[in-house]
Amino acid sequence: MSHSTSEAMTSSTTIGRPFAGLRTWFTMLAICLEERLVYRGDFIIGTLMRFLPIVTQVFLWTAVFNATSRADIAGYSRNDIVAYYLLTMVTRAFSSMPGLSGGIARSVRDGSVKKYLVQPVDYVGYLLAARIAHKVVYYLVAFLPFAGVFYVCRSYFPPIPDVGTIALYVLSLVLSFLLGFFMEATLGMLGFWFLEVSSIIFAYMLVQYLLSGHMFPIDMLVGIPTGIPGVSAADLVRWLPFEYTAYFPAAVWLGKVHGATLVRDLAIEAAWVVVMAVACRIAWWRGTRRYSAFGG
Amino acid sequence: MNRYLSILATFARACLVRDMTFRANFLLECITSIGWMSMNLAFYLLIFTFTPEIGKNTGWSREPFFAFVATGLIINSIVQALFMPSAEELTEMVRTGGLDAVLVQPLDAQFLLSMHRVDFSACANGLVGVGLLGWAVSRMDHVPSPLAWLLYPLLIICGVAILYSLVIMLAAATILLGRNQSLYDFWFYLTNFSRYPAEIYSGPWGGPIRTLCTFVIPILLVVNVPARVIAMPLSGESWGLIAAALIAATSALLISRLVFQAALAKYRSASS
Repeated sequence: MSHSTSEAMTSSTTIGRPFAGLRTWFTMLAICLEERLVYRGDFIIGTLMRFLPIVTQVFLWTAVFNATSRADIAGYSRNDIVAYYLLTMVTRAFSSMPGLSGGIARSVRDGSVKKYLVQPVDYVGYLLAARIAHKVVYYLVAFLPFAGVFYVCRSYFPPIPDVGTIALYVLSLVLSFLLGFFMEATLGMLGFWFLEVSSIIFAYMLVQYLLSGHMFPIDMLVGIPTGIPGVSAADLVRWLPFEYTAYFPAAVWLGKVHGATLVRDLAIEAAWVVVMAVACRIAWWRGTRRYSAFGG
Repeated sequence: MNRYLSILATFARACLVRDMTFRANFLLECITSIGWMSMNLAFYLLIFTFTPEIGKNTGWSREPFFAFVATGLIINSIVQALFMPSAEELTEMVRTGGLDAVLVQPLDAQFLLSMHRVDFSACANGLVGVGLLGWAVSRMDHVPSPLAWLLYPLLIICGVAILYSLVIMLAAATILLGRNQSLYDFWFYLTNFSRYPAEIYSGPWGGPIRTLCTFVIPILLVVNVPARVIAMPLSGESWGLIAAALIAATSALLISRLVFQAALAKYRSASS
């Protein structure tokens, strides 16, 4: 490379630096979008198929309501329950992080994580950026099937809430994305201590599925005793962060949480995000300190 | 036939040796599958705190419903143990050309492709299913007749046969498409409809689903018929369902065999 060419490159990099990060971002986003659009038919059908388990849930709950004379169960009418399941699909689209923990643990195991130790790139920051790109692309493509299903099921939903509630709902979704990200990233960092974390990830998925409200609204646990006087199963679940990754945003939209309680719960959700982000950072620092890589 | 049985026993023995070589992993797999199942059972228990039965006057109160769930566990664990691991491997075999090695063997290709791997950890759920069935039956108001107990294993086999035929047809789709990564997804979404009593599918949307899943893809006969025989008195309707299950199982096996053979005839090797 001639001296002048190298100088020109250096100067152009220096000039472009403030926007270089942004450009990289847009390139990543464009690549993700193109990847998704290659198999768009398959992707849309795949997204639609994910609603199929809800169909059986709708029939199951309809049968339950038919058999009882109650108008509601734990404050949910049959329509509320259908709307609830559909809304948890939206929350899960934000908070679920397929392949994140497994990917981190694998990069520790096969040694590919070491490139982030020598490059001036923050691994957690990089993962977060890649995940945001992945999610944005997902929403762009999945919007159509989601909109279609919600339009068909519009009669199950209560009237659209006011703008303030919608804004808080969106905030709760963004926080659920961050919470899901930091929880799963921390889980993946356990790979620094354990060679194989797939069983831990599986146990986490199990607990998450049951306690996040993905299976049923958490309010249904209110009357279930725990053995501790004055503490129901719902109270126990509310001391944990899982409900914010499925139940909470859905409950906000349906008006099950409002007023001061809503603000308080959002603050708790934000606090959980901070706690998990700090835990993730500590796990990264501690993990990389004990990490040793061999080979080329 | 004896030859095939002894080959199947050899496959099973080899898989058992493999599973026992990694005992901790085997134990962990058993625990995780029991974990998922317990979670579902907890969900059903929760539902019964709100309702005496699933569907008005359907007879699916708590104990009969748990007999239904137990039947589903037994059938699914047999399919998971015997056929699913092999079917999952087929996807990769078609893509990489590994299927060629199977086709030149002096054995029936369908047998070899659908039964060469046995997953013993899947039996854990089946054993829990048997225990749950015993618990549910002992607490039910209705006592199953000896005839029902005779019919029950036969209908379990019919259920397994219907699910096996579905696996084979999905496998045939894999051969035709070259690759079918979502085989397991399809399987999950399809069998999802068999998880609850058929009576829940009623009304303007439920009726057509029930008809479709009984006569076209007989997924609703898989668990419903044996569970009904054990959990409810044998009536005229039950006999109709038993006949339907027998016919469905036989025709599903035949059709899947034909489809699989047709798919194999269209197979073009991927290897060089």
